[in-house]
Amino acid sequence: MGTTFTLNGKSTTVDVDPQMPLLWVLRDTLNMTGTKFGCGMALCGACTVHINGEAARSCITPVSSVAGKKITTIEGLSADASHPVQKAWIEEDVPQCGYCQSGQIMSAAALLAKKPNPTDADIDDAMSGNICRCGTYQRIRKAIHHAASLGAGKS
Amino acid sequence: MANSPAFSRREFLRTGAAGGAALVVGFRMSARAFAGQAAEQEKKPPSPYDAWVRITPDNRVTLILGKSEMGQGIMTALPMILAEELSVDWKNVKVEQAPTNPKIYDLGTGGSGSVAGSWLPLRRAGAAAREMLIAAAAKKWEVGADTCKAVDGRVVHGNPKRYFAYGELVESAAKLPVPNFNTVPLKNSDDFTLVGHDTRRYEVREKTTGMAVFGIDSRVPGMLFAVVARCPVFGGKVASFDAAKAKAVPGVRDVIAFETSGRGASTAGGVAVLAVNSWAAIEGRKALELKWDLGPAAKESSAGLHEQFLENLAKPGKIVRNDGDADSVLGSSARKIEAAYEFPFAAHACMEPMNSTVQIGPDGAEAWVPTQAPQWAQGVIAEAAKLPPEKVIVHTTLMGGGFGRRYQADFVMEAAQVAKAAGKPVMVLWTREDDMQHDFYRPASYHKMQGALDANGNLAAWKHFQTSTSIAAKWRENGAEKPEQGEFGTGLTIPYQTPNIRIEYTLAESSVPRAWWRSVEHSTSGFVVESFIDELAAASGEDPLAFRLKLIGGDRKIPLFDAEKEPPLDTARLKGVLELAAEKAGWGKPLPEGQGRGIAAFYSFDSYTAAVAEISVKNGAVKLERLVYAVDCGRPINPEGVRSQVESAAIYGLSAASYDAITISGGRVVQSNFNDYRMPRMNEAPKMEVHVVMSKEEPTGIGEPGLPVVAPAMCNAIFAATGKRLRRLPIQPQDLV
Repeated sequence: MGTTFTLNGKSTTVDVDPQMPLLWVLRDTLNMTGTKFGCGMALCGACTVHINGEAARSCITPVSSVAGKKITTIEGLSADASHPVQKAWIEEDVPQCGYCQSGQIMSAAALLAKKPNPTDADIDDAMSGNICRCGTYQRIRKAIHHAASLGAGKS
Repeated sequence: MANSPAFSRREFLRTGAAGGAALVVGFRMSARAFAGQAAEQEKKPPSPYDAWVRITPDNRVTLILGKSEMGQGIMTALPMILAEELSVDWKNVKVEQAPTNPKIYDLGTGGSGSVAGSWLPLRRAGAAAREMLIAAAAKKWEVGADTCKAVDGRVVHGNPKRYFAYGELVESAAKLPVPNFNTVPLKNSDDFTLVGHDTRRYEVREKTTGMAVFGIDSRVPGMLFAVVARCPVFGGKVASFDAAKAKAVPGVRDVIAFETSGRGASTAGGVAVLAVNSWAAIEGRKALELKWDLGPAAKESSAGLHEQFLENLAKPGKIVRNDGDADSVLGSSARKIEAAYEFPFAAHACMEPMNSTVQIGPDGAEAWVPTQAPQWAQGVIAEAAKLPPEKVIVHTTLMGGGFGRRYQADFVMEAAQVAKAAGKPVMVLWTREDDMQHDFYRPASYHKMQGALDANGNLAAWKHFQTSTSIAAKWRENGAEKPEQGEFGTGLTIPYQTPNIRIEYTLAESSVPRAWWRSVEHSTSGFVVESFIDELAAASGEDPLAFRLKLIGGDRKIPLFDAEKEPPLDTARLKGVLELAAEKAGWGKPLPEGQGRGIAAFYSFDSYTAAVAEISVKNGAVKLERLVYAVDCGRPINPEGVRSQVESAAIYGLSAASYDAITISGGRVVQSNFNDYRMPRMNEAPKMEVHVVMSKEEPTGIGEPGLPVVAPAMCNAIFAATGKRLRRLPIQPQDLV
């Protein structure tokens, strides 16, 4: 008896404990390690994915709760780093250690899908759940504005 | 990577990436951080090698080196140096992690030393390979090598021009002798086209697509995931446990008690719960029934440590430095200023929690470790596996932050012991709580400062008495006799002229593990020195910038106290960054009500850093609005990388100024996750400018030097805005009223 959801456009069924957080299903059951473990308590945002288009913390999301829903992970954002947010991230040379950046990018993509031209206050609101210990915040802010100019909100 | 750990140049020639011939030049990076030592290192023959440049017939240039990428950008800066001398298109340059080899004495990455230590070796290796390619082409054309030159991955000759691509030359070049590294001609730096130019991070694409493989992403067939129950009190042990309920958790495969000991251990061991996935292991650990033998540290507390600091300062300390007679000048001074500064323990809090994956077989072991010290990792795995070190292959993975935490081997030793007992490949994964509560922390310290000003506002005497939970006392062989080593940094060699300096130290006893935390002792010394000099400026009624420049005085090179082999502090360069930061920040221009501006400058890791902070105070809350840096780290290899590192150190420093506090109660860490160990987020990030001095001096450190100036610049700005001096970190709201 498994849980079925759509993962990056593909129907996926996993036979695991329904309480198992989506994060660990992705990482350990499906070996999709782009989504990161940081805190396990929705405090840092490293595990951010999209559930039906909304940014969500997969570390506190029981897999049973995503049955029938559409999940997008960093691996599914684009096949080739062509999503405007990824392009902007590369052009602004955002990542340092890079560990939090999957989560940062997923939060930014969700923001831009809703607000194609976010203000700095919008960015503060949408991105303050994502910690970057390397302190790349200034570049993230710039990259989000850059992604907006590339039409990220329309993709 | 496919190579065995003990491969030779000949094996490299056989196993070139393209499967055919390759030109391989082995060389040796400087083991330690500093340019002076790099020069010494280079006098020795370049063997055994610890780095290689490999050029293959497909025109690829691969740099194989044992430096760990933890976000600081060495996978970009180091190959840039090589590519510059080799005159090769940057796009054709690849980087591979060198395998560990116990015969090579150090592959460690730390101390902001990678670029400084690699600059000359990489230039010489690149130049040597270039000269060999030129010689090979000249031989083919039967012309003099001096009529040929290397341009963009080709050797070019004559008019009209003819050329060979490097790939066409590797087979014949590989048969030529390697030029003498000490005499091989280096490029004129005026001709540099890559070094000194902004270059995007080498692995940026992997890090924006989720494809980058960190330690925690290691996957080995048949592996189990483990979490470990450790005694929450430092030094405590397992008294007894019952695994029955843990084993009943679905997915749990085994429960293993183990002991650790020796230099790499941070705990006495623990009980590992092994499962088919991380979550089952975490759930299994919750179900473990455990009794701890808490041991003698269970009485320790931060409040008790504070009392110990005060008791230590009430008695004379060990005299570390004593120029002139500071005590009598202070005793008779009409303008004596005193202040005390205090710091708690601080955690590294790397975004990627600690982890290691180890597989131990009867004849060899293999491990995937996010480590700054792969050879130490190799050593502890060998010990646990009862194998000789050369039978242990350590793959250094990308790492989600290091900051000094990943120089330790505790998280490797545990994984090795669990994997050995399990007889299966195992990843020992730390949860955030494990990571927060079993770190090696920045020492807690207390500093009593005294200064005397003469009638002209000059510094008549300076006294710094520190008591701290020293790193040396834990780690150094002579740490018991000299616990003060590494606790003052540039605080021993202040750039401010005075005939009377006295520095004293007393060790504070603690069971809390501590070690190197980004910028180490400079993080605290920078705050103490640059806050207190600001207090003296205020007492003198002088502008903080003008006062600093006056006390630094004329251009000269000050030998570092007790570290004369290190590059001296060049006062001209220190004044240079102070003046540049002040100019760019608009020092002296009026600010809105409720805002203030503060300045600080510090010398660390052979680099010069100054920052001007603009803060606002609203409703008892401080916000860092703007931070303007000037940095002089010698010749910047990748200015964009330098700016990134300084921006990063700025936020790390802002975190230390605003939040970082590990408190101890009942011998254990009170904080557990990002809710009670906070760090700055997007809405708190200041506007930052980093002005990089385009120096032609030898390159020096930049991963850490941005940090020590943040807290003093901020707190000096708070003083300018409010008249309140903040002398303990992190900033506490009650100190603002």
